[in-house]
Amino acid sequence: MVAKKGNQYDPVKALQLIESQFDMVQILNEEGKIVDKDLDPKLPDEELVELMNRMVYTRILDQRSISLNRQGRLGFYAPTAGQEASQLASQYVLEKDDFILPGYRDVPQLLFHGWPLHMAFLWSRGHYAGSVIPDGLNIFPPQIIIGAQYVQAAGVGLGFKKKGEKSVVITYTGDGGTSQGDFYEGLNFAGAYKVPAIFVIQNNQYAISTHRDVQTAAKTLAQKGVAAGMPSVLVDGMDPLAVYVATRDARERAVNGDGPTLIETMCYRYGPHTMAGDDPTRYRTSDIDDEWEKRDPIVRFRTYLEAKGIWSKEQEEKVIERAKEEIKEAIKKADGQPKQKATDFMKIMYKGEMPFNLQEQLDAYIEKESK
Amino acid sequence: MAELTMIQAITDALRTELKTDENVLLFGEDVGANGGVFRATEGLHKEFGEERVFDTPLAESGIGGLAIGLALTGFRPIMEIQFFGFLFEVMDSVSGQIARMNFRTGGHFNAPITIRAPFGGGVATPEMHADSLEGLVASQPGLTVVIPSTPYDAKGLLISAIKSDDPVIFLEHMKLYRSFRQEVPEEEYSIPLGKADVKREGKDLTIVTYGAMVQESLKAAEALEKENYSVEVIDLRTIQPLDIETIIQSVEKTNRAIVVQEAQRQAGIAANVVAEITERAILSLEAPVLRVTAPDTVYPFAAGENTWLPNAKDIAAKAREVLTF
Repeated sequence: MVAKKGNQYDPVKALQLIESQFDMVQILNEEGKIVDKDLDPKLPDEELVELMNRMVYTRILDQRSISLNRQGRLGFYAPTAGQEASQLASQYVLEKDDFILPGYRDVPQLLFHGWPLHMAFLWSRGHYAGSVIPDGLNIFPPQIIIGAQYVQAAGVGLGFKKKGEKSVVITYTGDGGTSQGDFYEGLNFAGAYKVPAIFVIQNNQYAISTHRDVQTAAKTLAQKGVAAGMPSVLVDGMDPLAVYVATRDARERAVNGDGPTLIETMCYRYGPHTMAGDDPTRYRTSDIDDEWEKRDPIVRFRTYLEAKGIWSKEQEEKVIERAKEEIKEAIKKADGQPKQKATDFMKIMYKGEMPFNLQEQLDAYIEKESK
Repeated sequence: MAELTMIQAITDALRTELKTDENVLLFGEDVGANGGVFRATEGLHKEFGEERVFDTPLAESGIGGLAIGLALTGFRPIMEIQFFGFLFEVMDSVSGQIARMNFRTGGHFNAPITIRAPFGGGVATPEMHADSLEGLVASQPGLTVVIPSTPYDAKGLLISAIKSDDPVIFLEHMKLYRSFRQEVPEEEYSIPLGKADVKREGKDLTIVTYGAMVQESLKAAEALEKENYSVEVIDLRTIQPLDIETIIQSVEKTNRAIVVQEAQRQAGIAANVVAEITERAILSLEAPVLRVTAPDTVYPFAAGENTWLPNAKDIAAKAREVLTF
């Protein structure tokens, strides 16, 4: 076959054209200066302060969680420092009835959506009571299977659409998650049914140890939405205002019936993948860490708010104190939870009648646990 | 009362529940205007519209995720896997997610999801269409697995599956779809899940079986009757959980049993049945409990399947071994 010349047939150019559309959107730069006045969401002062409160709170929660994990007082924990803007500025856009389908690192969004902190701690400890979701709270417990939340998000979105509800579903995965089949199936289903969904890729550069460049030949992860016919955007994930604006616009399109959006947030996790033995020095250098820490979301937001005269060291201290106090209280509450029994979770296997086999085993375990 | 084939009874059950409960949704590959590749959803798209009965993109894991999301928003999804051999593509949704929803949210979100799929051999399909994978899902706690063998049972069991607040895998043997007709009531009725049915009463031997092997076992029982053996045939109908009571009562009466399944010996659930009988009724037994199964190869190419599949003669031969032990 002889290839046609010119615009009719130039697959290389077609790819370049697409990839050139995904420059990273930034509103607040590393120095805390607004660099895109048109995109500045011009949030009222109290909202800017609230967003800062949440980021500072979450940074402290991260530090305390790591330390509690090391003391053996928490179980599974995936550090969040570095991803505060990506996680919290996207959640900040949501309404109460919006649904969050989180990945395993997305505990902060769930907390600010209403998941009680002591329940998050119980979940971390592997106590079933942590994931007994309170009524009226539209969240799913953190997903462990990478990408599974993406196909489920298409379903929640379709459910909202069928019920005519003005709510959206938001789901999160990481750069590694974009290699999963479920990632593509989720985007494709959501696009095909034009559902109110927001798909966030928190590109923190590493899937455990595997660098993002090993995951894909695609220049950006955001461009993966193009194949699903989905509006897609790449934003600076260390910039709370850029994350906020991209999510706000995505939410608006979703509730207006204009379908789903894919958002790639370019960010970094300072800590290990999880506290279960991951050692980041095996796969990245401190130079890389330093480079990213210069872009820190809290540092730049603090500079910005201080220049506006709406943030002070005292305010920050207050948030830190409150965080520490609440964490202490939540741990206490988690400690007060009755010890988990096998008979407890045998009873929650089924909504309906317990099958005979489990009933027999339950009887045996009631006996075993009564001793 | 109308005489229906099993596939007509299935369509009838789907129609009944779509009518009864507005939260019931039906979806899968080609289930809309096309009515499904076997026509199990014939006419339902037209009758209930695109909102209730709809096609999906061609991706089984996506279909599983869709069912989960729809359940999370209050619907009662019926998802079709076009052939159960495609289960592997949706295994995480089925075993990793749907089976665990009630458990991992402490009962806050349950999964009233029915997963329908054609399965089973003897109809000369291409590879990966005819496998008996019921053992794979039956070994996953949280799932109920139902396999009807008659049109009447198919309607009543499917209605129960759809009404269940827990996930049910409903497997439809392709060879049974149009193999015979039976009177099926027009109105809604349900057959409880987890209850076996004695398809033929007898006193010398119990055959425990399910799916297409029920008919083969009945044929074998007739042949054995001519040899003056009275054979009882139990159709499990639900293979997880097992109806232990019915099985044990029968074995205590006949003192002899064989278990018949179309699946390979290392697959299916025959081994479970044997284990339950030996644990609970070994003192009633006059002979070892033997199995009739397919051999432990992968499902054969179409031209080889007829000798590979167990049949009435194999069953009768194994029955004689036990009867004359």
